[in-house]
Amino acid sequence: MLDYSILIEHWDMYMQGFANTLKASVLALIGSLAIGTVMAVFRIAPIRALNWIGAAYVEFIRNIPLILIVFVFFVGLPAIGIRFDSFTAGTLGLTVYTAAFIAEVIRAGILAVPKGQMEAARSSGLTYLQAMWHVILPQAVKIVIPPMGNQFINLVKNSSVLGVIAGLDLMYFGDLISSETFVTFDVYIFVALFYLLLTIPLSLGVGALERRLAKSR
Amino acid sequence: MFKTVWKKMIGLGLVAMLSATALVGCSSETTTENKTDNKKEQAAETTLDKIKERGKLVVGVKYDLNLFGLKNPQTGEVEGFDIDIAKGLAKKILGDENKIELKEVTSKTRIPMLNNGEIDAIIATMTITEERKKEVDFSDVYFMAGQSLLVKKDSNINGIADVNKKGVTVLTAKGSTSAQNIRAKAPEATVLEFENYAEAFTALKAGQGDALTTDNALLFGMAKQDPNFRVVDETFSEEPYGIAVRKGDKELLDVINEYLKEIKANGEYDKIYEKWIGEKPKQ
Repeated sequence: MLDYSILIEHWDMYMQGFANTLKASVLALIGSLAIGTVMAVFRIAPIRALNWIGAAYVEFIRNIPLILIVFVFFVGLPAIGIRFDSFTAGTLGLTVYTAAFIAEVIRAGILAVPKGQMEAARSSGLTYLQAMWHVILPQAVKIVIPPMGNQFINLVKNSSVLGVIAGLDLMYFGDLISSETFVTFDVYIFVALFYLLLTIPLSLGVGALERRLAKSR
Repeated sequence: MFKTVWKKMIGLGLVAMLSATALVGCSSETTTENKTDNKKEQAAETTLDKIKERGKLVVGVKYDLNLFGLKNPQTGEVEGFDIDIAKGLAKKILGDENKIELKEVTSKTRIPMLNNGEIDAIIATMTITEERKKEVDFSDVYFMAGQSLLVKKDSNINGIADVNKKGVTVLTAKGSTSAQNIRAKAPEATVLEFENYAEAFTALKAGQGDALTTDNALLFGMAKQDPNFRVVDETFSEEPYGIAVRKGDKELLDVINEYLKEIKANGEYDKIYEKWIGEKPKQ
């Protein structure tokens, strides 16, 4: 039986952690979507240098453990005079890391749009960027929704990396509460429930969006 | 994908680790019972007699604590403040500082090991507390430790009052008594807790906090490792370390207290203190 008194007595800590996990996830989601889209377009743009930058970003970042990227922001950059607090460093690390995966998802989506679409758009007088924005990306979005949902769910769970650098997230407060009360198992069960509170609606939301877009296609 | 699986496994791993610790605890209990017989047989003679008979003093020390008791990986020798105190005691009792056997103890094993006769005394950064006095007898204080602050050399923090301000960040380890203590004594400061002191120290070096707090005994070890940092003079909790012997072992305790008085009087104590802590003891 779970010890609910832990949840009640440490409600403030759980809430603060939940709020910060939510905040880090939303910020990292927006940020990684932006960086990821740019990198995906870089990788398939008809300019060599951009292809190279996009590929280098994705291959470099996605092949390094997330925790190391976070450490770069937390203890690495201060060495050259750029300092972020724990929460910011963790969120930035999470953003940069997730962006690499999102870039791959978007690239796959763009490539899945038939080539003739781009050719038709260009021959109707649109520039490359206009064709990309108005013709290709809207179609790619539908294709990428399911894999994107997976990335978002991963992102929420990966935000627990903040706990390691005292980023005041759910995992951090979970650690504090468990080392204070020694009721390790129950404490982390509650932590897991709070994560589910974020990931399950996200999962359902993505599923609903997928069905709606499928109808409109 | 692997990342996800990993995260889930942490919880399971924790449970597994906890049960493993519990099992280890059990197995050492069994040893305790086996040894009680020996203890009864020898109950007639005092510990001091036994030490002289076997020509060797057996002391429980730490093997993993920089400056106090640390096994040097290069030489295999255990070195530190506690070790030097133990060697001096062997010299006092047996006339030779090498007539000593060091046995590794942890905070958890030391009292059981003492009470089942595996060791004659504990010299292992052991804080004298009322709770422990029920189980063992303590010598006079041989080292006065206390919670303190590690700060940058040029920092203007010199004590607890300087960190009890808004905007000051103090780093420490998750779940330590130091964390509870600093929250109580410097409620205005922001306290950030890391996985362990090594990580907290890394964060401090990166400028992610203004001070790191724990027992000064640990802080001295960090300051020695990185000369850009210093330990502030003020301590804001008292952790008096004592040498522990079995309850009622008055004869040995008297010798130990006499020994401690001697080395404090003849300067030997100051020498050991300076050798490890790097400064003269404050009186």
